[in-house]
Amino acid sequence: MSSGLYSTKARDFCQNLDLTKVKPYGDTMNDGKVQLSFTLPIADDERAIEAARQLGIKMGLSDVLVAHHEALDKEFTFFVVYGNMTHTVDVTTIKVSTIDSQVLDMHGVDDFIKQNIGRKLVVVGASTGTDAHTVGIDAIMNMKGYAGHYGLERYEMIEAYNLGSQVANEEFVKKAAELKADVLLVSQTVTQKDVHVSNLVELVELLEASRLRDKVILVAGGPRINNELAKELGYDAGFGPGKFAEHVASFFIEEFVRRHKK
Amino acid sequence: MKSKLNLDFAAVEKARQAARAIAEDTQRFILQHTSVTIERTCARLLGIDGVDAYEVPLPNLIVDSIKNAGGLGLGLSVYLGNAMLQTGKTPQQIAEAVAAGKLDITKLKMADLFEIRAKIDGIARQTTARIKANRQQREQYLGRFGDKQGPYIYVIVATGNIYEDIIQAKAAAAQGADVIAVIRTTGQSLLDFVPFGATTEGFGGTYATQENFRLMRTALDEASEKHGRYIRLCNYCSGLCMPEIAAMGALERLDMMLNDALYGILFRDINMQRTMIDQYFSRMINGFAGVIINTGEDNYLTTADAVEEAHTVLASQFINEQFALLSGVPEEQQGLGHAFEITPDLKNGFLYELAQAQMAREIFPKAPLKYMPPTKFKTGNIFRGHIQDALFNMVTIMTGQKVHLLGMLTEAIHTPLMSDRALSIENARYIFNTMADLGDEIEFKNDGIMANRANQVLREAAAMLETIRRDGLFKTLEMGRFAGVKRPLTGGKGLDGVATKQDSYFNPFIELMQQGGKA
Repeated sequence: MSSGLYSTKARDFCQNLDLTKVKPYGDTMNDGKVQLSFTLPIADDERAIEAARQLGIKMGLSDVLVAHHEALDKEFTFFVVYGNMTHTVDVTTIKVSTIDSQVLDMHGVDDFIKQNIGRKLVVVGASTGTDAHTVGIDAIMNMKGYAGHYGLERYEMIEAYNLGSQVANEEFVKKAAELKADVLLVSQTVTQKDVHVSNLVELVELLEASRLRDKVILVAGGPRINNELAKELGYDAGFGPGKFAEHVASFFIEEFVRRHKK
Repeated sequence: MKSKLNLDFAAVEKARQAARAIAEDTQRFILQHTSVTIERTCARLLGIDGVDAYEVPLPNLIVDSIKNAGGLGLGLSVYLGNAMLQTGKTPQQIAEAVAAGKLDITKLKMADLFEIRAKIDGIARQTTARIKANRQQREQYLGRFGDKQGPYIYVIVATGNIYEDIIQAKAAAAQGADVIAVIRTTGQSLLDFVPFGATTEGFGGTYATQENFRLMRTALDEASEKHGRYIRLCNYCSGLCMPEIAAMGALERLDMMLNDALYGILFRDINMQRTMIDQYFSRMINGFAGVIINTGEDNYLTTADAVEEAHTVLASQFINEQFALLSGVPEEQQGLGHAFEITPDLKNGFLYELAQAQMAREIFPKAPLKYMPPTKFKTGNIFRGHIQDALFNMVTIMTGQKVHLLGMLTEAIHTPLMSDRALSIENARYIFNTMADLGDEIEFKNDGIMANRANQVLREAAAMLETIRRDGLFKTLEMGRFAGVKRPLTGGKGLDGVATKQDSYFNPFIELMQQGGKA
């Protein structure tokens, strides 16, 4: 069997951290340990176990251990597999797009707006398209906020309009113009078959067609959104899980000031 | 039953009376009105189905022709019955002629109303007989296999493709699921029509269509035979087509249906007048068909705080109970909803959940309570998620919840994979078995954290119901007292599909179904 908890085999790999060759850490530097689980559409038997092992090897694992296999139905088998990753990444050459704004708390944001902008910012948010989930936009906008982080409605210097869920992009753009929005927040929760991507792109196109794109700061958010993806789709920023109202607000106040200095 | 929480049952009785008054007040408004979807439901139950070349359902075409002529308040049955007398055609032939532009049923000479009623009543009785036969078939299955003792394990399938859903559903049944819910595609609740035929494209779910219902029912009947357990099928009535989907469910022997106008108002921005009117007929059909309804109170806690707003859930359960009774849905078919949504960071949060679940059990002793798993504080950390679900499973088995919506460790990541479902079912079965009778062994401290919590929630709910009785349900919704969502009386979707009933209006099914659906 493969190495692992009960292995007494001597470790014959370099145990120093090399940032140009980083691999997963199990209990020893560079052991490459990964755990994964998946289902194969075949019956649970010896051949299926071997198939799972071979898939592990093709994924770049060595010493593949099929720790668990179980029939989910006659023709479906679930596997838990461990192995040692043979691939590495060079962390020193990685470039990612991050949001560099300094994160202020609610009062910090209000003070910043008072000092640098001198009027309330109008923020309009919605869960757009057919998306019925409001949990994301509510977390950012509702008075109560989420996990102790107050939402934008509670901010003194922000005029927040939460339009709720299933707002058509056309409707959203109309409302943005009507309210003279400075910032638009778009939440997308349902991501099946990439529906969020086409919906987000459609909004950008509509904003451009109505010559509003440059007048607003456009921000996307949702569990499968990150800054990289949002920028690619023509947004000014994207916020994923674990971000709260103050993160979003800190970004758009800085961006607002930056744009209006020019 | 002795209360484990030392509940104040005088307060329970007072709250129930207030809810009764609230429901009766709203019921007076409901009974004066009808809607496009109610009339389309009559069309469907009288045998009209299918779509035209543009995929517009024939029930929509015929009801729109009546509405455009200003006749909605008279109802479809009058026009259709008259057209049958005048043309000698069947309802389907009449609908096809209307769709082809060859017939305007609002322009025909009007026959005697008594004859029209007799004509319609004959067909209506055939349909209600079919629904009764479905009900008997369910009872036969349950007689043969016996019904599940303890919680029903309820899982969802949501691939968007009915054929893929069937594969997933069969696997889930093999793993131990008792109820399969086919999640609807996002946005269906806002369609003012029901799509037609088998569908393979949906987002976050699969279209509710009568053919999809039929396909899944057939597959689950096969699974029931194979495993020697009756596997229940669940779908969703809420939205702009509440009674139509209830009717389809009755015709295809669904066993459980989400049915909650308040949910549609708050979370889908459906006009409150429209959907309260629709809910009445929709629940009547569910009640007659022996379908367990599920209500949506659990959703309040996804937007409002689960500790501070717990009483709104209880208040809404009281109101839903009374509306259900007024629609002929007995307590045994009332899957009143609540949820396990308190933040995991709160000290003693589990005690509050346990207290609230036990409270719901004692206040609604006959109802198959529907208990929703944690979703709001699922993070993508599947390992923690699995533990959250385990705690939720423990509350269910200790307090006798019945419709147990299984939590998924991958909540907040994707719609469940086949293996997610299997792991979650394994988790629940383990806990339900190893802790099977723990609840019977436990009594809670008289003046402890849990007893105090339950009585506090009860007091707040009773006070809220008194306020609603004073202000009326519609006004309460306008003020945003549920889920922190405000909805205007004339806002939202669907109000233009409502009409005031005229004197000679009749709906043959309300009269037939009021007698109850038991054999």
